[in-house]
Parts: sequence; structure tokens; C-alpha cells
Amino acid sequence: MSWETWIIATLSRSIVYGTPLLLGTLGEIYAERSGVLNLGVEGMMIMGAYFAFTTAYITGNPWLGILMGAVVGGAFSLIHAFTSVTLKANQVVSGLSLTMLGLGLSGVLGRGWEGKPLPASLPKITVSSLSKIPFLGPILFEGQNLIVYLTILLVPLLWYILYRTRIGITIRSVGESPATADSLGINVDRVRYICVFLGGILAGVAGGYLSVAYRPAWTEGMTAGTGWIVIALTIFAFWNPAYGMLGAYLFAALYHLSYRLQPWVSPELLKAMPYIFAILVLILVSRGTLQKRMGAPAALALPYTRGEE
Amino acid sequence: MKRRVGFNVERIPIASGRLVFFVSLLAILAAFVVAGIFFQIYGVSPIKAYQLILRGSLGSRFGIAETVRRTIPLLLCGVGLTIAFRALFWNIGAEGQLLMGAVAAAGVALFSGLPVPLLLPAMFIGGFIGGAAWGLIPAILKVMLGLNDVITTLMMNYIAIYFIEWLIHGPWKGPTARGFAYTDTFPRSAWLPTIYGTRIHWPTLVLGLVLAVIMYLMVTRTRSGFEIRVIGENPNAARFAGISQLKTALLVMLISGGFAGLAGVGEVAGIHQRLLGPTNISMGYGYTAIIVAWLARRNPLAVIVTSLLFGAIMTGGDVIKVSLGLPFQLINVFNGLILFFLIGSEILLRYRISFLLRR
Repeated sequence: MSWETWIIATLSRSIVYGTPLLLGTLGEIYAERSGVLNLGVEGMMIMGAYFAFTTAYITGNPWLGILMGAVVGGAFSLIHAFTSVTLKANQVVSGLSLTMLGLGLSGVLGRGWEGKPLPASLPKITVSSLSKIPFLGPILFEGQNLIVYLTILLVPLLWYILYRTRIGITIRSVGESPATADSLGINVDRVRYICVFLGGILAGVAGGYLSVAYRPAWTEGMTAGTGWIVIALTIFAFWNPAYGMLGAYLFAALYHLSYRLQPWVSPELLKAMPYIFAILVLILVSRGTLQKRMGAPAALALPYTRGEE
Repeated sequence: MKRRVGFNVERIPIASGRLVFFVSLLAILAAFVVAGIFFQIYGVSPIKAYQLILRGSLGSRFGIAETVRRTIPLLLCGVGLTIAFRALFWNIGAEGQLLMGAVAAAGVALFSGLPVPLLLPAMFIGGFIGGAAWGLIPAILKVMLGLNDVITTLMMNYIAIYFIEWLIHGPWKGPTARGFAYTDTFPRSAWLPTIYGTRIHWPTLVLGLVLAVIMYLMVTRTRSGFEIRVIGENPNAARFAGISQLKTALLVMLISGGFAGLAGVGEVAGIHQRLLGPTNISMGYGYTAIIVAWLARRNPLAVIVTSLLFGAIMTGGDVIKVSLGLPFQLINVFNGLILFFLIGSEILLRYRISFLLRR
């Protein structure tokens, strides 16, 4: 294999694995921008993965599966929204319990679904004219699926909404200073509900992508910490969708590159790599996080009650 | 005449112990009711299922013994976590710290060659150091570099898991294990004594109970305990009072990680007598201990009661698996639900809601 084909193969696969990471990160960025820390990403993702897989299996339609993943992820996130926004409970613990609940529920429901092959996965698209572009062509336009493209399109869209529209200002003000937003007539709770819900939908789609497209099968605990890596990437991205894209693909590339060490490093230690990377990635941006927690919404993880500061 | 039903919300300054107890009980009951729906889905009457769980976990000598042996790691991890949570250090890594304690104990047992009277104490010391070291890394990363403690402690769990996998598939794989992925059996002198006919390794249990009392006294009676509480309840005041963030973070993670490490020693030296697959060493004790500590309202003494409750629930998981043929995973659903209702119900401790009829 020549160097060029090797790099192309690595980058192409980075985009494949980076897609669910990016989806989850975009969702979490919105939730946290509104001031709600949702540590339940892993739980929403695995619930999305399970329901997407079973729906795709029963109907034979992978797109219905992804849709179901979105619905379930969104619905599941509302539990967290209810406890943390309405009941003003501790968001760290609420998110943790969402993850526990998701892992447990999917484990219980998923018994008997393991090892079943999916009749149809997401179709792979090759744009023959564009795939001729040297280097970029085979990475981006050969054998990727539609979700990959939609996810990439989502980045500028969500960036634009967050920084250039009224909706974005509303979301950010709720995350920075809910009391001020409230005094301006913004319904803080509603904004937070919507953002958490969006995060749930995207996490659910990410889970569906894992079980329907990335590795079309159901295995218990198949998300294997992806949801936690998403939380790390959200910090790495300084809560900015554009950096989120950079982080997700960079992380995925590192992940694939580590497998190049296979002849020298034992497989068990290689499996630990993503988790080591997640810590390293955070150390990388630690100067920023230390200096006034650069970019972190000021009211992150703080419940808001009118008249109480 | 219009009649409107309204309600009045008042803030409660400090909830009384009795209110806390009843609200906690209510939360657990609510979780039981919701979990009952799952039994119904699987075609088992919830009442019958709970009867079976109760009888299986507390209704026989064997059941009680199994409940107590599961209580031991939950107690040790839970007591440590109450200290970390009091300082608002989110240690989600008790699972990994427990596993590293087990690694250290196994290393001492297999390779140190220490004489009989020193071997077991050395294993406990080693296990404490192993767990504490694993816990101190996130503490240092948090204070020095501002890294999020939830993520680092959680990532360290996965790293510990694959580290053990590597050890038992590679360098530590036992020559006498006949191809299985575990180490050789520890020498007899490295086995913890158990209560006859049970798997209760009582020295670890006694250790856990003693540490619960000591930690209670530490938190309520000492300067360090006071500093931990201030940092957790009012970080700004802590800064003005000159309480060291670094010292406190290191202290709580030394305790929290070290205690989880001790739990790991108990599991390998008291139950398995060898180092084996991480999911066999711990069935998620480190995660369940989070609920144990939270239900105890971060009170080390109350952990004695809450760890026993969750020990019984885990034993109940075996019962529903063996006698009802339901997945053990239902226990995790159960645990998630309890935690949810627990934090959801905390609003009842902060506000008094009284309904009134307005005319």
C-alpha cells in the first residue's frame, strides 16, 4: 500500500467513525450552551442504537431505524430535562442515572437480539464525478452514507444559528445569565427543554448510526464509552460547533492511527487508547479551560429558579 | 363566585432528618413501583417477584451471606465516595480504583514472596496505594490543569479494565491456568479468612465498618473534615478562608480511591483468590456505590445501611435470574430508577408545598 492510499484510507475511516462523535458533540454543545450539563449521552446513545437496530431489523428499512433512534433519544433526554430543569435536581447525578438507566434498559430489552444480521444497512453513496478529485475525492465521495454528509452540513447550520441568529443569542443568554434572560421575557425553562431535546435527538441518531451503519449489529453495551468521549469533545470544542467538528474527526483519526501500532502493542492495550486520548485531548486544551474556563457557559449545570441567585 | 385551587411554595432552610428519611423511602418505593412494570411486561407478577427477591436476599442463611458479601465492596467504595462528593469532587471512577487495588493486591500475593504474617497486610497496603494512585491522577489533573473530574475518573475506569485484560492475557497469565485468562491461584497465605460456609471475608467487612465510623468522625469533628465541607458547600468562602484546593482534592481522592482499592483487595483475596477478568472481579460495585453514597446523603455512617440495601438488591438480581429466568440487567434499570427518584425527590426537601383553596 502506498503512502497516499494509506492516508486516504485512514482519513476516510476517520470520517466514518467521527460522524457519531460529531453528532453527539453537536447535540451536547447545544444542551450545555443553554446551561444544562447532560451526562446521559451514553445512555441516550445506546437507547437510540437499540431501538434503531430493532426497528431497522423488523421493517427492513434502515432509515426508519435512524428515525426511531432520533425519537427514542429525544424522548429519553426529556427525563433529564424534567429532573434538571423542572425539578432543579443535581445535573451531574441526573445525567449519570440516565446513563445507568439506558445501559440497563437496553441490556434487558436487547437480550435475544445479539448476533442477528441486519437485512439492509444504509446505502453507500459514491458520487462518481466528484470521487475523481485527487485526494479529497476518495475520502469524501466514495462509499460514505448520507448521514455522514448531513452531519457535515449540520455543522455550519448549527454554528450559524448559535452565533448569528436571535435564536442563538437566546440560547446563549440562557446559558450565560438565566436571570437576565428571564427579565427580558425569555422562557428559560422552555429554551433549556428544547436544547436538551435536540441533544437527545442527535445522540439518538448517533446511536442509530452505530448500530445500523457503522457496525450493523446489536451488542450489549456497544456504545462502549462513545457518549463519554462526546462529553470530553464538547469541552475540547470550547462549546463551538466548528471546533466540535475538528475535535471529532481528529479524535477518530487518532483512534484509527493507534491501530497501526498493532504489530508492536497488544490488542488489549490498544483498546484502552481512545480513553487515554480523551484525557490527552483535554490536557491539550487545558490552558484554555484553566483560564476562566474559556468558552464554558457561565450558568452550566446550575439550576435556575426565579428570584434565587 | 370563582374558586381557584392554588398552591403555595415555601423554602425550607434545613430539612429535618425525619423528612429526609421519609422522602428517601418514598423515592425507593416509587422506583420499586415503576420497576414492577418491567416484571409485568415479562409476565411475572411484581408482588411475587419482590417476595422472591426478599426471600432470596434476606430470607435464608445463604441469601443473607450473599447479601453481606456484596455489601462489603459497596460499603468501602461508598464510604470513600461520600468524602469525595462532600468536596464536590465527582469521582465516578471507584470501579477503576477498585480494579487497580485488586491488581496491586494480586501483584503482592503472587510475586512479593513475603512471609505469612506480613503478606495479607502488605496486600491491603498495596491495594490502598493502587486505588489511591488511580484516584490521585484525576485529582492532580483537575486542580493543576482544570480537567473535568467526571470525565477523567470515568476514562480511568476503562483504562483500568483494559490494563487488567492485558495483564491476564499477557505477562501475568498463570502457567497453571490451562489457557484461561487469569493468573495463578494465590498462595494459601494470601487468602482472606471467611465466615464458615459463606463467602463473607470478615476482615474486610470489619475494616469497612471501622472506616465508616472513622470517616464520620473525620467529617464532623476535624479540621480537614470542616475544610472538605466548606469547599463542597461554598467554594468562594473556601477560597477566602485560604483553604487549599489542591490539598483537599488530593485528600478526598486519596481516601476515596484508597478505600475503593481496599474493596478490590477484598474481592480478589476473599472471593476469587486470583486476578481474573475485570467484569468477574467487580459487577459494577464502583458504579452502584455512587447511588449508595448519594442515598446515604453523603453521610459515611448511613452508608452502612444503604450499602446493605444495595447488597440485597444485587443478590435479588441473582434470584430473578435463577428462579424467574429474567435478565440480571434488570438490577441496573432498578438502580438507575432509584437514583432518578432520589434526586427528583430532593425538591421535596427544599420546598414545602401546601395546597390551598382560594375563593
